[in-house]
Amino acid sequence: MYDAKYHKPSSVADAVAALSGAEEGKVLSGGQTLIPTMKQHLAAPSDLVDVRGIDGMSGVTAADGTVTIGAATTHADVASNADVLAHLPGLACLAGGIGDPAVRAMGTIGGSVANNDPAADYPAAVLGLGATVVTDKREIAADDFFQGMFTTALDEGEIITAIRFPVAKKAGYAKLPNPASRYAIAGVFVADTGAGVRVAVTGAGEDGVHRNAALEAALGGDFSADAVEGVAANEDGMMADIHASAAYRAHVVNVLAKRAVQAS
Amino acid sequence: MTNVSMTVNGKSVSCDVSETTLLSEFLREDLRLTGTHVGCDTSQCGACVVHVDGKAIKSCTALAVSLNGSDLTTVEGVGSASNLHPMQAAFKKHHGLQCGFCTPGMIMAGIDMVERYHAAGQELTAEAIRHELEGNICRCTGYHNIVKAIEEAAGTMAGQKQAAE
Repeated sequence: MYDAKYHKPSSVADAVAALSGAEEGKVLSGGQTLIPTMKQHLAAPSDLVDVRGIDGMSGVTAADGTVTIGAATTHADVASNADVLAHLPGLACLAGGIGDPAVRAMGTIGGSVANNDPAADYPAAVLGLGATVVTDKREIAADDFFQGMFTTALDEGEIITAIRFPVAKKAGYAKLPNPASRYAIAGVFVADTGAGVRVAVTGAGEDGVHRNAALEAALGGDFSADAVEGVAANEDGMMADIHASAAYRAHVVNVLAKRAVQAS
Repeated sequence: MTNVSMTVNGKSVSCDVSETTLLSEFLREDLRLTGTHVGCDTSQCGACVVHVDGKAIKSCTALAVSLNGSDLTTVEGVGSASNLHPMQAAFKKHHGLQCGFCTPGMIMAGIDMVERYHAAGQELTAEAIRHELEGNICRCTGYHNIVKAIEEAAGTMAGQKQAAE
């Protein structure tokens, strides 16, 4: 790993200042992607700004039909949080299936969402539930936030402080993990929001997480696994790699949509 | 260099380290606690699992400096040759190892899962153990006896907890 200067700010303002004063600063949260990436020399930030010690960046609050999760909250804490389990059990289930137990003890929701790995789980929940990404300076709707593989609406030096999820009537997630990496070959998050159905797909698309209009239309009329039967598998925009062809991923997306509805 | 102070296996330690020193390097090279193994160094194998403030994490995927002030337990801290931890005793009894390289991580992950399931009031079934071992790889493929060992240790540890209460 190349050298980097480590900062541990105690406030969001100090974190923003540390980032803006750095030549090439990166936010360090759980580090479960950033540290391996640095070890492989795929990233060489000059400065690391650790946001875990900032007051108010961790924890869950539920109020007025929303569940707000601090950006530095670990996957393990989301998976076992009483408010998340009560209001959005599908999200708790998703968090409990990320990586492995040791990764879940460190990795955070803000880190996952900011990184927008095309095969990460959380982007599917954020987009599928129509959540709001809260940063140090604004709020960004999920539909505007994800802009392709590893690309988001975040400006240089902008820090995610929380993700605010609206409580859905029903929501569920199902994925087919790669047997080695445990990242999703495909993952589907379905939500009956009360104001329509949203279906977000991760792992499978060439441009990362995206919504599936055909599945949303089918489930919009009838939120049941049977409703998925009539939807044709759509290869357009599906990724093909050594693990799975585009046709296979398209097929699996529909299968997972059914499982996600059944799990909701 | 930055000073890092922690409690490791009940003892206070303090060292000057580079800001990008990994926790695994800090333990093995600065503290010479070489029971924590580094198998893959790509965050996948789990041989480097240690407990930080009561949570099992991969020490190859954490910066030592970021854990300043933490309370750590490594495999050296759970038992001794004459007084094995129930998890170590069960691994010995069931021969839950072949080459032994992954064993420190298996022991630390095993203790962590037993404690987490106990705290949550959930039963740690053989199926749950296999699921929980997702991040611990044994290249000798000795999982069968590892699962048996963790299952037995879960019973012993629960019994000890009850006796203590």
